[in-house]
Amino acid sequence: MASSTTADDGAHGHPTGLRRFLFSTNHKDIGTLYIILAVIGGVVGTIMSIAIRAELMHPGITVFPGLAQMLQGVDPAMALDGGKNLYNVFITAHGVLMIFYMVMPALIGGYANWFVPIMIGAPDMAFPRLNNISFWFLAVSLVLVVLSMFVEGAPGMMGFGGGWVFYPPLSSNTGHPGPAMDFVILALHLAGASSILGSINFITTIFNMRAPGMTLHRMPLFCWAMLVTAFLLVLTLPVLAGAITMLLTDRNFGTMFYDPAGGGDPLLFQHLFWFFGHPEVYILILPAFGLISHIVSTFSKKPVFGYLGMAYAMVSIGFLGCIVWAHHMYTVGLSLNAQRYFVFATMVIAVPTGIKIFSWIATMWGGSISFRAPMIWAIGFIFVFTMGGVTGVVLANASADRQLHETYYVVAHFHYTMSLGAVFGVFAGFYYWFPKMSGYMYNETLSKVHFALLFIGVNMTFFPQHFLGLAGMPRRYIDYPDAFALWNYWSSIGAYIGGVSLLVFFYVVIDAYLKKIPAGANPWGVGATTLEWTLPSPPPFHQFEVLPRISGSEH
Amino acid sequence: MHNPNRHFLRRAALAGAAFLPILLFAGLAAAQVEGQPAPGGVGLPATVTEVGRETQQFYNVVLLPVISFIALSVLGLLVYVAWRFNESANPVPSKLTHHTGLEIAWTLVPVLILVFIAIPSFRLLAHQVEIPPAKITIKVTGNQWYWSYKYPEDQGGGFGFDQVMKQEADLQPGDVRLLSVDNEAVVPVNEVVKLQITASDVIHSFTIPAFSIRMDAVPGRLNETWFKAEKEGIYYGQCSKICGKDHAFMPAAIRVVSWEKYQEWLEDAKKKFAGAESRQRFAAAANQ
Repeated sequence: MASSTTADDGAHGHPTGLRRFLFSTNHKDIGTLYIILAVIGGVVGTIMSIAIRAELMHPGITVFPGLAQMLQGVDPAMALDGGKNLYNVFITAHGVLMIFYMVMPALIGGYANWFVPIMIGAPDMAFPRLNNISFWFLAVSLVLVVLSMFVEGAPGMMGFGGGWVFYPPLSSNTGHPGPAMDFVILALHLAGASSILGSINFITTIFNMRAPGMTLHRMPLFCWAMLVTAFLLVLTLPVLAGAITMLLTDRNFGTMFYDPAGGGDPLLFQHLFWFFGHPEVYILILPAFGLISHIVSTFSKKPVFGYLGMAYAMVSIGFLGCIVWAHHMYTVGLSLNAQRYFVFATMVIAVPTGIKIFSWIATMWGGSISFRAPMIWAIGFIFVFTMGGVTGVVLANASADRQLHETYYVVAHFHYTMSLGAVFGVFAGFYYWFPKMSGYMYNETLSKVHFALLFIGVNMTFFPQHFLGLAGMPRRYIDYPDAFALWNYWSSIGAYIGGVSLLVFFYVVIDAYLKKIPAGANPWGVGATTLEWTLPSPPPFHQFEVLPRISGSEH
Repeated sequence: MHNPNRHFLRRAALAGAAFLPILLFAGLAAAQVEGQPAPGGVGLPATVTEVGRETQQFYNVVLLPVISFIALSVLGLLVYVAWRFNESANPVPSKLTHHTGLEIAWTLVPVLILVFIAIPSFRLLAHQVEIPPAKITIKVTGNQWYWSYKYPEDQGGGFGFDQVMKQEADLQPGDVRLLSVDNEAVVPVNEVVKLQITASDVIHSFTIPAFSIRMDAVPGRLNETWFKAEKEGIYYGQCSKICGKDHAFMPAAIRVVSWEKYQEWLEDAKKKFAGAESRQRFAAAANQ
């Protein structure tokens, strides 16, 4: 455990430079590393999405053949095929990067590493060295994903272009015999190991290192969210690991788990993948749920409404999230009764999700709301997540999903929950905790400009995609019939606006570091009651050398 | 006191509100030409099957109003709360953190709404999945990157053919870019047609939006779905499961004709496709 005597401080006190970050065992430094990784993943993923939207702005194939020649050195004679392939590679990498290398490292590796120990009054995570290797696994894994785009995948073409769901036989030797998919599998193994180790760390920390008086039912909701998230990761990632290991042996050692010619079944992979994949979407959104609760409470100057209901709503969302996986598979030929069950179970999730939305509004009700930057983002989150949630209720119905599955309606739905929901959560958390993490206050007006641009941009991008989906435009298409041109055009314009907002974001961050306006221990006032606001900004290298004692039930 | 933040928020909320009514009209606008997407369409395409009509009703009459109401209510609440309880209007926050009645209400009301949705949903689901006795059975196989069809001999067929997208240079007047094909599949009007769907290489998905059918084509598996088209015409769909580089370029096209025309077509097709060497390779074929 951490040293309790000052004599030890000299031995492992304040490493600097490479030693501080490369070998770091400090939860705050590792959190910072995760946030940097998330920024890198997010920037690359965003650039890819803008390339995708540029391609789809007008009918016809215009952007990707050139990109393929530029990025992958494709022979000009093969540029069209190379471009079609690269488009598939981009949509795949965009999904993988945004999920595993942007939202997860930001919310879980970044914010949770930083603030779960502080919020429960602990000096650090339970296993600091495990924390270090969790991060470096993920960093190496990102390198593997990027490398996969420059080795052969489909015959004669580079990269894996089968979507982030990796369905065989497209991901097996039939569709992508080259080593690109093997790179991706290895990357997922490493990312999965990273997340499992990180989750074990969070669970142990939360169960064993709470300060005296910090009972589970007094614990801040962000820690509850992380506890549920960590359990989901530990339960479901091994299933994904098994699924992709079988894929790896199918590809390389002649097994036939997913090959019908040898008695295997491609649908087995889909069941296993979605047993992980559906909880994964809750893994992405639950930490955002947690931090939105804190932001809404802080700026309404009121405790969270229905604290226990909020905590157990997340627990039940986590549980239900594990038993609804086949609603991604309504069209694979499931029996009528199987479809009925998954419709029913999926619709039930709307209930705890509704409790969360209403409780946030009830927290604001009667409050004295100050519209500081994080609060604006949090309110934006509640609205866009509701929009994504209600189209989720539509898609939960297998009967309606039959018409809308694999169309842009689904793309609009999950981007409203993820690209707007989870990402607004990421930015809300960033603007809420940046003063604490860096010690500097940023330009709030500009951060609201960032919000306005992103809010307009993403709504303009994804709202018209509902229309495209209803009209029948399939996902993952590089070119589309001319009838879909109108809404694709507006969707692309929206994406460009969203891209510009990212530039504003970077300006806000650089500006804050240049101006160095001290934030003070608590820039948010009386509403900020969790423990991180009792520490100076930035917090000392080791906090809580004398453990705080918690009484009362301020969350 | 003038609070610029508050105005900003209200403006942002209003901008959002302006978007939503479009959603309400989405279901009302119908496509002009059945069987292919309408330019700038905002709702479900025109449909020519009973299942399709039920699906449209379910979406336009049940789902769309319910979700629009919920989304607008949440937006309305957010705007009201932002206006009524901002710090200049309400400087002293209340300490209310529990209200059992309210919490029970917002648990039970969504349950009732879901039950209201579930009843038509389950009825439609059974209608879609349970296949009535069919006069025509056609086997459809997905390949990289085209569909192939087989008409069984005991129903006057006994031939198979591939359906490949027409390249832009080959388009005739009346053809649709990315949708028109060389060999259209033909079925009779007002008859139940059962499709048996599989794939030879990777997973594909067979979709005709105007019939409200969608079924994955999975190697090693024979999936079944059905439709009964009530109007003659040409109906297009596009592969709906990513299947490689030409995923966007393997449309499906079904022409619905009268029973007599269908018989004539069968005779012609038998001759036309008799000697044709089919490119199709069937799943789990002996080559492995």
